[in-house]
Amino acid sequence: MFDRLSDAFHGLFRTLSGKGAISEANVRGAMGGVRAALLDADVHLNVVDTFTQRVLDDALGMKVVEGVEPGQQIVKIVHDRLVELLGGTPETGGATPGGPALASDHIPRMTPGPTVVMLCGLQGSGKTTTAGKLAAHLKKRGRSVMLAAADLQRPAAVEQLEIVAQHVRDEAPGSARVEFYAEKDRVAEYGKAVNVAVGVCRRAVDQARKLGVDTVVLDTAGRLHVNDALMAELKQVQGLVQPHLVLLVVDAMTGQDALHSAKAFHAALGIDGVILTKFDSDTRGGAALSVKHVTGAPIRFIGTGERLDAIEEFHAPRIAGRILGMGDVVSLVEKAQEQVSQEEAERLNEKLARGQMTMDDFLGQLKTLRRMGPMKQLLGLLPGVGSMLKDVHIEDRQLDKVEGMINSMTKEERRNPAILNMSRKRRIAAGSATRPDEVGQMVRQFEAVSTLARRMSSMSASEKVRAAREMGRQGDAMLPGLRGMPGYASRGSTHTTSVKDRFKKRKR
Amino acid sequence: MGLFRSIASKVRQGLEKTREVFVASVRSLLLGKRLDEGLILQLERRLIEADVGVKTTARWIDSIRADFKAGRIDSGDHVLAYLKGELKRLWPEQDRELASAPRGPTVILVTGVNGAGKTTSIAKLCSALRKGGKSVVLGACDTFRAGAVRQLEVWSERLGVEVVKGQQGGDPAAVAFDACAAARARHADVLILDTAGRLHTQDSLMRQLTKIRSVVAKQIAGGPHEVLLVLDATLGQNALRQAEEFTRAAGVTGIFLAKLDGTAKGGVVVAIKEATNIPVKFIGVGETPDDIQPFDPEAFVEAMFAE
Repeated sequence: MFDRLSDAFHGLFRTLSGKGAISEANVRGAMGGVRAALLDADVHLNVVDTFTQRVLDDALGMKVVEGVEPGQQIVKIVHDRLVELLGGTPETGGATPGGPALASDHIPRMTPGPTVVMLCGLQGSGKTTTAGKLAAHLKKRGRSVMLAAADLQRPAAVEQLEIVAQHVRDEAPGSARVEFYAEKDRVAEYGKAVNVAVGVCRRAVDQARKLGVDTVVLDTAGRLHVNDALMAELKQVQGLVQPHLVLLVVDAMTGQDALHSAKAFHAALGIDGVILTKFDSDTRGGAALSVKHVTGAPIRFIGTGERLDAIEEFHAPRIAGRILGMGDVVSLVEKAQEQVSQEEAERLNEKLARGQMTMDDFLGQLKTLRRMGPMKQLLGLLPGVGSMLKDVHIEDRQLDKVEGMINSMTKEERRNPAILNMSRKRRIAAGSATRPDEVGQMVRQFEAVSTLARRMSSMSASEKVRAAREMGRQGDAMLPGLRGMPGYASRGSTHTTSVKDRFKKRKR
Repeated sequence: MGLFRSIASKVRQGLEKTREVFVASVRSLLLGKRLDEGLILQLERRLIEADVGVKTTARWIDSIRADFKAGRIDSGDHVLAYLKGELKRLWPEQDRELASAPRGPTVILVTGVNGAGKTTSIAKLCSALRKGGKSVVLGACDTFRAGAVRQLEVWSERLGVEVVKGQQGGDPAAVAFDACAAARARHADVLILDTAGRLHTQDSLMRQLTKIRSVVAKQIAGGPHEVLLVLDATLGQNALRQAEEFTRAAGVTGIFLAKLDGTAKGGVVVAIKEATNIPVKFIGVGETPDDIQPFDPEAFVEAMFAE
């Protein structure tokens, strides 16, 4: 997401970086393009105007710092303002890049328990799915949770949450308890169950207290912000149950109206945070900026897929980085850390250095990589890559092929690909529904990668980057389907310093 | 089908109040006003806030400004007439009719992203068709989302129609196959297929949609006769990408613009019509099965200027 927005900023920076000094005219001109891009990204008109005005003021009042290109200074202004808009100063905002794990910040634990979280939002924004993801998120952190079905009007909403609760119980990692609360006999048609949810929520929380559950998630019915009766119902729930956190669930693809609905929910309930859903679409996500602007409440989580674990804590500086095409290396590293243990990584490094990487290791890495999410999403986290990817179709099916080929090899072949002759290749191709030449191509790429890896292990960091870039330029990318991926340091390199710094800080 | 015409007036009564609000606000913004640069700028803001999109807004505004400077128009009334004309030209009458099969069941495939409002919209379509004396069979091809089949079943019980369902987690194309067979066997007039919500960026799920479509095409000649994309009226410019991708995968023939009863204006359908030529056929304006209306460009323009 945010791809086209990144493009617009790239445009702006290209215009400015060529010029020695910044004149009012050329800044104004460039901001016009940014304004259109932000509007196209569904940021609300009022927010866009405020934003561009602030950047303009900052840019024009900017003192020229000796030795720093004016274009880069503007980049910093835009970045800082964007982070501010998304919720947080670059240093301390929402999530400190180098800070501790954030679980406690995002759903604080209340004593005495249970912690009560109320989800609300428009119809179809993704409340029930999000409730399940939150439960999985808490379970993983050892916190028991109760899912309470307070949506009594959408047909089968209660059943849906019940199934979701069962999924969390069975499939989500962690051993904490997952309870489900519903009063199925109170389900009614639309408009006929108003205020019934109030009692259901109260009894759910009572029940949770009795059971000693850590956190209760109330899944309320979707409603329009202009429906007074239903908004009053929510207010009643809030008054009676006193939830610690009222979270507004917002579809990231929402347009200009995001401002109005968020404003209304905020006015009625005083929301404590926002969860943006469907973030894995290609929306440019301007809604995020609008909602933050009118409510002032932090964006706590983003939903990035249909699976229970497809929820991420929201980090303003990282998202601003994505918008500006700076990538989000921190998220990438975190995703990797979730999947690969430190020892495993070191063992693999060792093997790489000695040139002993086998096809089995390669397959293992491929599988790890795929557990981290779809390729396109991962590559989008790399600096400068996001905006180049928008028209590229990266099919995860290509990776299926590679997996299939390796799975069709014997143990000996995987250890020593050199023995692969035509007859063996034909057998592998038949076993994996590919062509013999595709098998050959895959093996050649594997060899290129392992040679490069061996060479790289003795290089300094900057030499590594150069080597990777060189490899990209040759169009000899690692995997079929990723052919021609540009070397990732070739663009946006002026902005990478801060990402690197943050990365270093993290490591310490 | 023509049938929606007959019920249109009835439904319209229910919306009289809303229409009054629309008209009143159009009046306050445009009617009887002298046209000047200030009014044009106000108009521009309203259009952008209605999600019409930067490109279309710019085109309209440029044209209005040019006409104004050339002295061809000088009042808000002219501007309103211009916009109504533009939209009417975008959506000629025949474009908004529901397609139907010459013989045998008419198959309507309903698609959209997660949470767009597919199942509710199907209930509305179903209700309207039933009122028009048509027999309807529903196919519950959303085998993925928890509770989705049950949701459709609840509606089918309320509306008194049969629903064909499969296994949770099963192949939706297989359900489509069974549903086609059932619709034929029962000589149903219309078969409506509900599908799982899918983001248009998920290639494998989009391919699944293509498969459902081709299964239907093999079972029933000329089917699916109508592929409706349900769009949430609160969507922004991303809806354009959705329209493009769903059309590529399943050949969308019309849009069901859902949730138009809030403050959202759904203006993005204008951009969609311009870019892909897909017409809006229905709008959803509430939660009960009766809250469906045929699309009316004139009312749509008026709604766009509502506060």
